[in-house]
Amino acid sequence: MNAFLDQWLTPVLMMVAVLLVFPLLAGYIVLVERKVLADMQVRLGPMRVGPHGLMQPLADALKLMLKEDIVPAGADRFIFWAAPITSTFTALTAFTVIPFSQGLRITDVNIGLLVISAMASIGILGLVLGGWASNSHYSLLGSLRSAAQLVSYEVALALAILNGVMAAGSLSMVRIVEAQREQGVWFAFANYGFMLVAFYVFLIAGTAESNRLPFDLPEAESELVAGFHTEYSGFRWALFMLAEYGNLFVLSSMGVTLFWGGWLRPFPGVAWLDVPLNYGVPVLLFAGTGAWCFPLAGRLKYGAHRVSLRIVGGVLGAVGALLLHPGVNEAVRGPFWFFAKVAVLIYLMIWFRGTWPRFRYDQLMDIGWKRLIPLGLVCLLVNAVLGLVGR
Amino acid sequence: MPKITNVLEGASALVKGLSITFKEMMQPTLTDDYPDKPPVFQERFRGAHVLQRDEFGLEKCVACFLCAAACPSECIHIEAEENTEQVRISGGERYASVYNIDYNRCIFCGYCVEACPTDAITHGHGFELASYDTSTLIYRKENMLVALPADAKPVRIHEQAPAGGHH
Repeated sequence: MNAFLDQWLTPVLMMVAVLLVFPLLAGYIVLVERKVLADMQVRLGPMRVGPHGLMQPLADALKLMLKEDIVPAGADRFIFWAAPITSTFTALTAFTVIPFSQGLRITDVNIGLLVISAMASIGILGLVLGGWASNSHYSLLGSLRSAAQLVSYEVALALAILNGVMAAGSLSMVRIVEAQREQGVWFAFANYGFMLVAFYVFLIAGTAESNRLPFDLPEAESELVAGFHTEYSGFRWALFMLAEYGNLFVLSSMGVTLFWGGWLRPFPGVAWLDVPLNYGVPVLLFAGTGAWCFPLAGRLKYGAHRVSLRIVGGVLGAVGALLLHPGVNEAVRGPFWFFAKVAVLIYLMIWFRGTWPRFRYDQLMDIGWKRLIPLGLVCLLVNAVLGLVGR
Repeated sequence: MPKITNVLEGASALVKGLSITFKEMMQPTLTDDYPDKPPVFQERFRGAHVLQRDEFGLEKCVACFLCAAACPSECIHIEAEENTEQVRISGGERYASVYNIDYNRCIFCGYCVEACPTDAITHGHGFELASYDTSTLIYRKENMLVALPADAKPVRIHEQAPAGGHH
């Protein structure tokens, strides 16, 4: 019975949960991105659908599903349809090996990292095919750029990942986190802190790999309209967006698992921090956010907005109170830390987007081949030596 | 091989950029809550025109046509008429019986306001001019003239004539 539970029930339930929850989560990542960018540009962002735009993702999803289905003349209809599916499919497949906590995962294969890398590589095929099948200059240029960019940055990304693999001695995502618990340190700070360089390479290559600013040349609004998805609209466009934010999430999860200790709390080796970190941080986070909703709600104009924001605040406060219960806390502390860290990484990427301008194409290649790859190689070598010394 | 100082300079520039966006994030937003709350205008915003009255409630416009002459898009149409003893509309000799501005053509350059010798035509802060029907965009004098204040007593010259002074 236990084996059945472990082998079938949990994975299937998790799969259903990912398929159901992830589109919603992606929508809310988009909302967070729009809100944070708006804040950085001294704007408000979405404010009108729900209190502070909280229902905006649902409205957007509904709109995208109801839109007219347009296929440009001369497009390769089959590939035009298959491309966004490829992207979305691969992005969602990568979720199979991500451990949200010790028990909360779909599966644990001994080549987990390799599966994610492979899926990321195939996902690029979606962008390339989508751009090619659109029969449009902008799309073609966008997909050409994405092919070149992703090929170059995959090397650097792989070199950065290898550092973590080397420190853990395994490609299994679960095993990597276990190794960090045994060594009592996040891999970002292992090897006398030199692994930070590996994390730095990972962050840059990962930003490029997920097509985000300052590396968003495949999309480059100001030059290529929307790059590879210029001709896409409605639901197919939504699939591309889903894939993009799926990749962002998968990449952040990979970074968190490799360098930031996965589901482990900060300072996993320091025992007396157990109570302040495992109880204090989540409770304060949820209850504080919930409490903050009430003064915010008072300032809103519409009665329905005020009421719904107070309900949101109440729910968040209740979650905070629930987290005080030892049993509940025990069960959700792993996912909490995992998602909190992923959120920090995603926020970091949004921050990059709000700050830095886009690189020129030749600068992009220059950074990839002449700086990041040598740096990755040196980093790998030094970390190998330091790892041996530290043993 | 890049110099180490260059690398450090680059890194500090990146951090500086990030700190600027972070500081901006903490600033209050500048967005006007426009349809819910009235928008905030600069004093000299050039919106829809307003035709002014003088302190007696008479129209300031004396139908001199200088605004129409100054208008680069030729959107001002004026027809002048003489003030009489019985009907006194403006403070000068003549007044504008018709004063139309065609907002299909107006570019809000403000030359008419500059040209006006009596400060009769001014820019207000009105901006909600959009319409589905272009014929409604030709504004007449009645649309633009400031309303008489409620306690105003318009000067009527013929009332000030000596009582019983028939001719």
